Amino acid sequence: MTMNTIGRPTAPDANAGASVSEETFSGSKGLAQAEPLIFERGRTDVTGVDLPAPSGRADRLGGLKRQKSCGLPGLAEPEALRHYVRLSQKNYAIDLGLYPLGSCTMKHNPRLNERVARLPGFADVHPLQPEETVQGALAVMDELAHWLTTLTGMPAVALSPKAGAHGELCGMLAIRAALDARGETKRRRVLVPDSAHGTNPATAVQCGFTVEEIGHTADGRVDLDDLKSKLGDDLAGIMLTNPSTCGLFEREIIQIADLIHEAGGYFYCDGANFNAIMGRVRPGDLGVDAMHINLHKTFSTPHGGGGPGAGPTVFSEALAPYAPLPRVTRGADGALQFIEEDDDAEGAPFGRLCAFHGQMGMFTRALTYMLSHGADGLRQAAEDAVLNANYLLARLRHVMTPAFEGTCMHEALFDDRFLKGTGVETLDFAKAMIDEGYHPMTMYFPLVVHGALLIEPTETESKQGLDRFADTLIDLAEGAKAGDAARFKSAPRFAPMKRLDETQAARKPVLAWRPAGAETAQS
Amino acid sequence: MTTYYSKEHEWIRVEGDIGVVGITKYAADKLGDVVYAELPATGKAAEKDGVIAVVESVKAASEVYAPVNGEVTEANDALADAPEKVNEDPEGEGWFFKMSLADSGELSGLMDEAAYKEFIAGLD
Amino acid sequence: MRYLPLTADDRAEMLKTIGAGSIDELFADVPEQARLSDAIAGLPNHQGEMAVQRHMEALAGRNLAAGCAPFFCGAGAYRHHVPASVDHLIQRSEFLTAYTPYQPEISQGTLQTLFEFQTQVAALTGMGVANASMYDGSTACAEAALMACRVTRRARVVLAPGLHPHYAAATQTLLQHQGVEVVQADPAIGADGEASALVDDQTACVIVQNPNLFGGLVDLRPLAEDAHAKGALLVAIVTEVVSLGLVESPGAMGADIVAAEGQSLGVGLNFGGPHVGLFATREDMKFVRQMPGRLAGETVDADGERGYVLTLSTREQHIRRDKATSNICTNSGLCALAWTIHMSLLGEKGLERLARLNHERACDLAERLETISGVELLTPSFFNEFSLKLNKPAADIVSKLAADGILAGVPASRLLPGKGFDDVLIIAATETNTDEDCERLAESLEGALS
Repeated sequence: MTMNTIGRPTAPDANAGASVSEETFSGSKGLAQAEPLIFERGRTDVTGVDLPAPSGRADRLGGLKRQKSCGLPGLAEPEALRHYVRLSQKNYAIDLGLYPLGSCTMKHNPRLNERVARLPGFADVHPLQPEETVQGALAVMDELAHWLTTLTGMPAVALSPKAGAHGELCGMLAIRAALDARGETKRRRVLVPDSAHGTNPATAVQCGFTVEEIGHTADGRVDLDDLKSKLGDDLAGIMLTNPSTCGLFEREIIQIADLIHEAGGYFYCDGANFNAIMGRVRPGDLGVDAMHINLHKTFSTPHGGGGPGAGPTVFSEALAPYAPLPRVTRGADGALQFIEEDDDAEGAPFGRLCAFHGQMGMFTRALTYMLSHGADGLRQAAEDAVLNANYLLARLRHVMTPAFEGTCMHEALFDDRFLKGTGVETLDFAKAMIDEGYHPMTMYFPLVVHGALLIEPTETESKQGLDRFADTLIDLAEGAKAGDAARFKSAPRFAPMKRLDETQAARKPVLAWRPAGAETAQS
Repeated sequence: MTTYYSKEHEWIRVEGDIGVVGITKYAADKLGDVVYAELPATGKAAEKDGVIAVVESVKAASEVYAPVNGEVTEANDALADAPEKVNEDPEGEGWFFKMSLADSGELSGLMDEAAYKEFIAGLD
Repeated sequence: MRYLPLTADDRAEMLKTIGAGSIDELFADVPEQARLSDAIAGLPNHQGEMAVQRHMEALAGRNLAAGCAPFFCGAGAYRHHVPASVDHLIQRSEFLTAYTPYQPEISQGTLQTLFEFQTQVAALTGMGVANASMYDGSTACAEAALMACRVTRRARVVLAPGLHPHYAAATQTLLQHQGVEVVQADPAIGADGEASALVDDQTACVIVQNPNLFGGLVDLRPLAEDAHAKGALLVAIVTEVVSLGLVESPGAMGADIVAAEGQSLGVGLNFGGPHVGLFATREDMKFVRQMPGRLAGETVDADGERGYVLTLSTREQHIRRDKATSNICTNSGLCALAWTIHMSLLGEKGLERLARLNHERACDLAERLETISGVELLTPSFFNEFSLKLNKPAADIVSKLAADGILAGVPASRLLPGKGFDDVLIIAATETNTDEDCERLAESLEGALS
């Protein structure tokens, strides 16, 4: 035979490396690359953008030329690519796995939407171009408005709010304007259920209202008796989330709407959870006067690590005149146009919420999503979202403790009774999920449930995926009950970082990078 | 020197005609790691049961109420750099502010240490 | 439906596990009169990618894209070249499809980029601390006014005459029910310094834009001095951040709060949104604690490794509820990411060069247009945008040139209707304009005015 002179081993040695340190010289660990800050990597004389040489004139600056350099480093393109790709790999994402954040609706983001939003005819258009050059953009807004008003059964919509909380502000400012127009200067009290998202009371206060909390019943719904006792001639209205943050449909919602209206107030519905009911229930049929819709939840525009979102707000006949500017209308010649000023002809708008016309890049994505699903597909999506949540609830109800009896809508809410006596808290449970490859559910919200765990799987998860997730949670819950607290207290062990010290971050805030030796923020 | 306690978990220790005010160990433990205390300015009128300060942990912000009427005479500036004192020594170095007392008779409406201990035992 | 993985068999099996006879049973809590028995009428049914794309492309085709015309629009949104790598990187799944970084152990990508973003914004604006971004410049402006009221414990806000009318309107809207008096100077060109006269010892802040709506540069120093003498703050607004590559920073001129529109870097025009608001303030905890919006901060993990978390969140609505500094729940995360990538590619050197190119282009264009009969330059000093007085209504001229495929700028009357600015045209020039673009504009304008 000829001899093998290469001699490379082709099977691993199972006994090698048994007692080797977990640490590496470089700080990287295989594919998990350590990455410093750009300020530690870049240099101020480097740029990754080639631009023509300027001629050198800077003569019209009126004596205001910058005197001091800002000290920002640049990166050549390959350095930039590596920096951001490495950082990206330290993030969890929907495209990696189930992202069951309750009330956040982390569903799949279709890539057709991204392609459409980047068409130069949408992305490379200026908001103040002559209207005759942007008829397609106006048509997108008009079509989106048609979908939103039809799906909600509400006659009017303001598209400009830039996020859900901005939509709340839009709705509540319209209520305030309507009350002012009626001369109702006494009506300044807004009812907010104790399960509400924090934005609700914050928004009401920004509109000059005071907030009164209403309680809940043992089955997680608004306490009608409490509500009745808090009506009165100083009532401005109610801010109610439906389906609620407990994942429940308010059974008495029509009665609530009637009570509020009879008392002279308006009904603001927080539409954060519209995903559960689109195509099956129209908020207009429930007596709602205003409701924002999170395009980044229900209509799947990407969350992008925290925005941008969009919060178009629909209005009843009663509030429509007070909707903000700008508005899109069709002129006598059939062309679409903006109404950008209060000309007295189109109601009594409360003003303008922001520059320009709203989140066009979200409008194109959301409209693409709606056209892809169609009326039938949206209804199916809502049904599947509710089905998936109830399936998880059914599979988990024997090992975890559901906060309320019965079925749920699009999200299943558990409390921490199942962890009692285990030494494991909701936070530990969540961190252990990270080690199992899942993003945790929403924790400690809503506030009405102790140690809340709120799971929203959305309609874009398969049954196999849900089964694997349920099996994992069952194993974790049983592990906690069996006394394996270490698995939870040490978690996450397999994430890019161990638990971070939030106390230190808040006690000694470091909010910007400084060269070594420089001062940090003064108290 | 006697220390009095309120149902809102403030303590006030009377030293001569000045009261030193802080939050109780029970409250500090419930709050978790304190990261910031917003203290009243010297000269601010303290209104009994009115909000006089705010204390924050990472995940919560709580209002601190004046236990009696009076006027703030000094704030504990050391908390700005070392808010952890509220956790470490809530009824000592972690004091919030000192105040004059409008009517020392109001103190009798507060609890003494034994009564407060009994009060918090009933809370958990 | 391509986005829904459940099959009919899956659904049947899952209902069985749940113990429900039909999907309708899961909607039993909906009042009977509000239940819809079938798909909503008046809307089409689902369609494939090809059909939807065709429909949307047809709509896009009815817009005149900026890249298809000599383009000179500004007035709060500017067209700049965005490097190809920016859009590639922000479409990484891990950035695009992540939520707010509430679980820092698996969100370090987002958190570190936000920390870098904050550092860049602070350095560029000449301030100590910046937040993780706001919805846009106009809402950042409104929030800056509120913050100034909290810091000074005063309730009067002065708006300078060159502030973008949409920013002024957004500020009026947010402040109208909060017991704050908003004093708005009548819009005027080159009169921002006069805002000082409106500041009194009850004023929380004066809000001044630089470059202003008309493109004119404003020396913020005397305004800052006057404001500070009355115990008021100076809030500086920047709608064109590229200017900061060449023009003195607001921080160096005495600003206490800076609110800016960051769209020029990385984000694009997008017909006005999404954009990204930049928000910075002095390195003083008295200011920082009153800042709206999210903040990323440095800390360590259980092993002592450096990492980043969202911090000082007790200012925010989810904890303070009705006592929060703002109702804002989100930032403009992905746009902030695009901004920081573009800024990192440019670096200080690239940004300065970019700013110089913009300024030169605008200087050359303004001087060329000034030679046209019936044209007068209204802004003697400017960065990349200037205003012309025409001998005809500017809106008519813009429409006429648009019909010839030229987007000639923004008529001031679009933003200030009925305020005496009918003959004013606001023109922006950037590195994207070629010599040919500028000459076509000049020739067409000459023709239209003669």
